[in-house]
Formats: sequence, C-alpha cells, structure tokens
Amino acid sequence: MATQILVPAAPQTNASGFTRNDYKGLPSTLCQGCGHNSIANQIIAACYELGIAPEKIIKFSGIGCSSKSPTYFLSRSFGFNGLHGRMPSLALGALFADHTLHGLGVSGDGDTASIGMGQFKHLVRRNMPMVYIVENNGVYGLTKGQFAPTAEKGLELKKHGKNVFQPVDICMEALASNATFVARSFAGDPKQVKELIKAAFSHNGIAVLDIISPCVTFHNHEDSVHSYVGGKAMEIPLHEVIYVPAREEIFVDDFLEGQTKEVTLHDGSIIRLKKLDKDYDPTDRHRALRMLDEAEKNNLLITGLFYIEPYRPSMFDLFPLPETPLNRLPEERLRPARESIDQLNKMMF
Amino acid sequence: MELEKPAGVNDAGYSPKEQIINDFCITFSTVNGSGSATANTTLLRALFKMGIPVSGKNIFPSNIQGLPTWFTLRISKEGYFGRLEKDDIVVSMNPATFSKEQEYIVPGGVLLYSDAIKLPVTRQDISVYPMPVNEILSAAEVPQKLKDYAANMVYVGILSELLRIDFENIYQALDFHFKGKEAAIRSNYGVITLAAKWAQQNLKKNDPYYVKPMNATIGKIMADGNTAAGLGALYGGAQFVAWYPITPASSLAEAMHEYLPILRKDPVEEGKETCVIVQAEDEIAAIGMAVGAGWGGLRAMTSTSGPGLSLMTEYLGLAYYTETPVVVWDVQRVGPSTGLPTRTAQGDITFANFIGHGDTQYILLFPGSVKECFEFGWRAFDLAERLQTPVIVLSDLDLGMNQWVSEPFDYPDQPMDRGKILWEEDLDEILEKTSDKWGRYLDIDGDGIPYRTLPGNQNPRSAYFSRGTGHDEYGAYREDPEVWERILTRLKVKFETAKRYTPKPSIKKMANARIGILSVGSTDFPILEARDHLARQGLATDHLRIRAIPFDAEIGEFIRNHDANYVVEINRDGQLKQLLTIEFPEHATKLRMVARIDGLPLSAKWIEDQILSQEAK
Repeated sequence: MATQILVPAAPQTNASGFTRNDYKGLPSTLCQGCGHNSIANQIIAACYELGIAPEKIIKFSGIGCSSKSPTYFLSRSFGFNGLHGRMPSLALGALFADHTLHGLGVSGDGDTASIGMGQFKHLVRRNMPMVYIVENNGVYGLTKGQFAPTAEKGLELKKHGKNVFQPVDICMEALASNATFVARSFAGDPKQVKELIKAAFSHNGIAVLDIISPCVTFHNHEDSVHSYVGGKAMEIPLHEVIYVPAREEIFVDDFLEGQTKEVTLHDGSIIRLKKLDKDYDPTDRHRALRMLDEAEKNNLLITGLFYIEPYRPSMFDLFPLPETPLNRLPEERLRPARESIDQLNKMMF
Repeated sequence: MELEKPAGVNDAGYSPKEQIINDFCITFSTVNGSGSATANTTLLRALFKMGIPVSGKNIFPSNIQGLPTWFTLRISKEGYFGRLEKDDIVVSMNPATFSKEQEYIVPGGVLLYSDAIKLPVTRQDISVYPMPVNEILSAAEVPQKLKDYAANMVYVGILSELLRIDFENIYQALDFHFKGKEAAIRSNYGVITLAAKWAQQNLKKNDPYYVKPMNATIGKIMADGNTAAGLGALYGGAQFVAWYPITPASSLAEAMHEYLPILRKDPVEEGKETCVIVQAEDEIAAIGMAVGAGWGGLRAMTSTSGPGLSLMTEYLGLAYYTETPVVVWDVQRVGPSTGLPTRTAQGDITFANFIGHGDTQYILLFPGSVKECFEFGWRAFDLAERLQTPVIVLSDLDLGMNQWVSEPFDYPDQPMDRGKILWEEDLDEILEKTSDKWGRYLDIDGDGIPYRTLPGNQNPRSAYFSRGTGHDEYGAYREDPEVWERILTRLKVKFETAKRYTPKPSIKKMANARIGILSVGSTDFPILEARDHLARQGLATDHLRIRAIPFDAEIGEFIRNHDANYVVEINRDGQLKQLLTIEFPEHATKLRMVARIDGLPLSAKWIEDQILSQEAK
C-alpha cells in the first residue's frame, strides 16, 4: 500500500532502543574548533554505543569552559553545574541518592588541578564510582587567557609573559592518590577518546580521563602539546584501546598472541590494549608513574590507559546501602518506629 | 553487688533554718585531660537521680591535656539552669588556679582542695577541707596507670559525704557511664567509698550546704543538645550526613554515628542502613556533599561551627539559588576568626542570615532547649524540603555540649513533609494538568515553590540542568534582565510562604508587663531566672523567644505592645537587635540592646542588672 511506502525508515537505534539523538545536547556556545566540542561528541557516541539510558546518567561540572560543556550532550540526563573546583563533593553527595546511576563529571585543568585539587584528590582516594573527565587545555579560557596549572613551563601568553612554574600532571596526581583508572587522551584522537570513555563507564570506581583539549583562541601554539598541530605531532599512543562490551562475543583470532593485553572489568566487559611499539602493563602503578615522569622530561604526549585496578571496592561498596536507591525510600523505611522513642528516652541519663 | 554505703560525717550541726538545701553552686577546678569529666558527670547524674534540678557547665580550654578546666554544677530546687557568677563551693585540684578561685567563693562558702597543693588559703570567711588525695589513693586498689584519673573520684566521695548525696545514685551514675563494665565501676566506686569513709572519720562538717531528694526530675531525661539534635535528625529520616570535625559541633555527627546502627536499620532489606555518614576532607566538601545529596532527593545535612560556616558560604549561595534543600547545624562558638573554640556564643546570627554574595535569604532556626534540638533535628528537613532551600539551625556550645535536664523527646507529631517532588507518574500528571508546561523553576501554585524532579526519574521529560548561573523557569541558561529579576522576585515570594511553615515564637507573659524581652536559643534559661528576680523587685516582664527567621508578624506585635523591648544575646554588636531593626523599622526606637560576649553563658544577674540600669535612665 502507498501509505506503507511513505513511512520513513526507522532511525537507527542502539541495543537499548535509543537513537543517537536521544544522547544529544544543545548547540555548543564554545569557540569553533574547541577541543571540548570534540570530546562532547565522543561522550555522545560512547553513551550511544554503550546503550546506557540517558536517564541513568547524571552529569556534573565545576566552572570554566569545560564545565559549560555538559549542556552540549545528554539533554535527557540530569545535570548539576556547581561551583569552581567543588564538583567532586557535589557529585559524591548526589550519586548517593541513587547508586544505580552513572556519574559523569566534566572539569577543566584549572577546575581540577588548581582551585579543585583537594576535592579532586579526595574523590579519587575514596574511589567514588564515576567517570571524571578533565578537558585539559593548559589555559584559562573563560577569563580570557591566563596561565592554568597544567600550562607548560616556558609557555608565553599574550598578556602574561612566560610561565616560570612546573606544570601539574593530572594523571600523576591521580596515581599518587591511588586512582583505580587513569588514562590520557587527545581531543584530536576521537577514536581513542571514545573507547576510553566507554571503558571508564564500565569501571567500578573512579575513572580519571585527562584529555588534552586544545584551546584554539588562547593557547594553540604549534610547539605545545596543548595545540592540535603540536598534539598531533607529539602524541605517542601506548597502545590501541578497544573496548569490548560484556555481551559481545570475542574473536581471539583477530589479534596475534602476545600483541594484546586484556583487562576484564567489574561488569564483565573487556578492555583490549593492542601493542604498538613497546610492551606496557597497565596494572603496574610504579611503571605508570615512571613513564609519565620520562614523558614530561622529554616533552612527549603519551596517551592511553596508564593504570587500571578493576576490583578495588568502590565508595558505594563500603556502605551497607539498600538495593533500593536511597532517594526512593518511603517514610516507613526512614523514620524509626514510634515504639522506639520510649526506649531512646530511657537511654538518656 | 552489695553496695557499701558510708554512714555520714560528723556534723557541726547547722539548724534547719541555717541550712542551705538544694540551692547552691559547686565549681570543680581540675587539669584538662585528667578524667575530671567522668567524676563531674557522675555527681551531676547522681543528683539528677535524686530528683533534684541540676545543671552542669563545662568551661574547658582548647587543649587535650594540661590546661585548667572548670566544671560548674548548679543545684537549684527552683529549676534555674543559668550560670551563676559566684561559687558556693569550690573543689580545687589544680595549683595553677588555686589562689584565683578562692576569690569567687561566697562568704560562708566552702573550699575543698587536694592537700598536694601547698599554697596558702587566703580566705578566712569560708569552711576549708583539705583532702589527702594521694593517701586515700594509695590505700585504694587502683591500677597505677589509672591513679591520676581516680584522683578525681576522691572528691566525689568526700563531697557526697559532706552534702549527703545518695551513694546508690552515685553507683547508678557510674554504671551508666561505664556502660555496665564491672571492673571500671568497682574500682571507681571503691575509691569513692574509701574517700567517703575517710571523710566520715576525719572531717567535721561545718558548712550549711546539703542536698535532699526531691521529685522534680521524675520522667525527665538528661542529654546534651548535640546528641539531641543528631537523634532528632535520625528521627527526621536523615539520609546523608557529611561533616568535618570542629569544636563544639563534632559530637553532633558523632552521636549520629553512634545511634545510626541502632535507629536506622532498614526494616525491609536486612543488614542495610538507610543513612550514610561521610567525614569529608573539609567543610567546603562537607556542604558540597550535602548539597549534592539534597539535590538528589536525600534528606541531607552537615554540622559545623563558625569557621566551618564561613567556608560553607559559597555553597549555601548555590543551594539558595538552585533551590536545593539542605540542613546546616551551626553550633556556635566565640568568633571572629578561630576565636575561643571552646567557649559559647550567639555571634553567627547576622552572618547566617546574610550568608553569601548577592541577595540571599535563609530559613534560620533557633533551638532553645535540648528537647527543641531534638524537634528541630527532624523539623529542619521538613522545612528544607517543603521550601527547597537551605535551613540553618543555630545552636551553641552551651546548649550543644553540656548535659541538661530535659523533658523527654517527643516522637515527631506529623508525617514527613517531602515537599513538591515529582516521580515518573506525578510528572505525567502535572504535564497533563498544565498542558505540558512543567519547568523546574516554574511557580505553578503561586506560592513561590516550584515542583522538582529527582535524578533517577526515568520519565524522559524529568531531567533538568541545575546551575548557579542565570536560569529561567525551565532551567535554561538566561542572561535576560527580566528573567533574572523575575526569578529573584519569585524567590522572595517563597520566603514569604516560609512563614506558614516555620515555628512560631514562644511567648511567656506576666500581668501588666510594659517591658518586653526578646531572645533566641539558650539564653532562655538565665532569662527565666532574671524575670523572676525582676518581678520580685516589682518589674513585670513578658518574654518572646524567637524560634525562626523569617520573623513572624507576632514579633512585631509584641514589640509594639511594650514600652521597651530588651534584646538579650551573646555577642558584641546586638546582632538579633540589628535584624529586628531591619525587619521592624517602625519599632526600632523601642528596641534596646542587652548583649555581651566574654565566652561564658549569660548569668541571670547580669541580664537583670542591665535591664534595671537601662530602665533607670
């Protein structure tokens, strides 16, 4: 029948029946070419491919260009754009409301490594289960171009002269605080960004993703790793990251033995790390720190999954939380029974 | 265990007329960290068990061990619990303060002191009892390492003997303190009875002070305000507590920690608990966690004191503007700055009221008793969730950390008010009702309170983006002048609505009073006493105790109806009076300041003197 022919083709959906549009946000108001926009697109792609219902994700951010970006993805997810440097505490409290939700924090290098260093490290130390993305461009963009704590030593900015201080390495800070998932990527390498985000969502604990994200307006010097040109030239991936969801059949034949390393995550999914140049074991924390130290000395942008410890108890595992989310508990599960008050009064002497 | 009860000391024999019974004050002077708190609360509890109204105030240093500390025990048959400025009896165990303390003893009063103190007794007009503390201790079976602690039990024994405190009640108090641990009870009670026996054999009582059993504490409880607040919060269904240690607030969260496993086991899922307590890395993180949890739909709170509240400022502004419920207990201590961390104050009133940059308004609660700490413990959540805004409860060190005789806690007299929350189906209903016009910040009912959805809601229309930046009724980022003004104006409407829910002032009247007294919080106790004294001198007063901000219209009425209104408070600048002046400018000239801050609770005498001298002008 003619009417049948007129029905448009059903849009493509993921395994959970959501279309890519269901994960989209408002149009970005960041600069054209900002690395953050590219990351936003990979968040959308990763969540779509993972098939998480958007209502099952909560977004958090602090203050800065990076922290504006959560409105540019996942419009159907709750979000809270909080205070500068204080997103970790906000996220921790909010996630206790419903432990079945996925937390996604988006922060910047100033928000995390300057004003927010304390909260960041304590969130990491508690192994709060959430994805924590730092959109790291080495500059304060929203206040128009001041030095950020991750700005490289010697960097020159128009109004501020030369940076004389050592930069903070966010991945090293995370490792020092016993993070259970630490990765670095580059906004100019979208495939790697996406695979790492997917792996991060499957990790039962804090997953720190430091993503170098060029600021095309204030800090796009070609000789800096924080620029597209510089980043592309200097990026050395440790391995090729491939995320394999739990339900997917694995074809071992695709990979030559000895060329890949696999890490099975808490939910049964697998991160497959395909060897590129050298051997790298992402479960060796000391090696990760040493590698980062060398990379800094040689001015190299090494990317990949630096460290993972899939089975350390998360913050949620340390509390006797009911299966029912706390924010769904009715009064009769929250207020002690009437009879208890007499007993309580007897205890007061 | 068979109780050994000493038979009573040889009495010089004051005639019943000369005897002072159940109406005097004892100050214990000891060294911080010497275990004197156990000895002092043992006496406090024993007197309580004898049915005598009694109150204890710990005046302690910000130190773990070594500095002087005082504990004042007031025994008042009339039920006055305020601080007295003079001591009837001083028990001195600390040479460092020995000479000074003698000055505070009333003529005819008593000095008991450890005979290890080799300093002169300068007063001739008092009864003096040196106590051979070490001698008695060496006869007692006390392990060497506990000797210093047990030393204080010597004065418990001797004083009990002199005053006629019932030893059975002493035993009950020890049993409670040591939670039934027999070895500890026995060794302490052993020292007490040995000391009492020594007194019996060696002392001749030549002072007029006695206690006699009454029945004034029957049915009452004894508790500190912080424990009461924590328990009230647990009865209020607190689900998330984040805190950072600070004197004098720590014991609030610690009490919750202690009672959580008893009171908040999940009745449905075995082995689970329905409240989470997190010790945060600092106060900024503590309030951040609480705000996050409140936004997520949990009954969330934090407890702190002045310096912590200062750090919480930015987050409270965010909670105000994003309309996030959260409860903050501020157990006030002396500021500014680090101030006197172990002394009491009401110095955070204006700060809490105006906290944050830009235009803000907060619900403030002022508990005036231990029982009210319990009540506000649960009620604060109802207010915060109903009004979707921070509620700051201003207690103080005196109320929070001292033990008070109190009416028993009442079970909450109304079900929890979770406010306007929309779950999946509620949202569908409201969308239908409003022809699809729900927005997180849209005032549908005209009371200034919008409807909120909570994370986890699976309705695809439920999500919104919360932000401290300018937003419209639908949560969208907006910089438009009219939008900003509209939202701020609507928040003011909500604050007006709050008056329907906040606790009314408590008013106590006397016939023909033309004088009014206004106050908040723990000054209620000395004010009660001061009013009785003033009435005896022919000055009738009415008293209005404010229990909440926003101010109720009744407060303005009260001020208008009195010729002069004395605003009594523990701070330098008359902060409550300042706020009343702003709220009721038409009555400003009728307000008079009765304010001081020296770290101590106000005494009835000082309040009385202030009012009388200002009346004389």
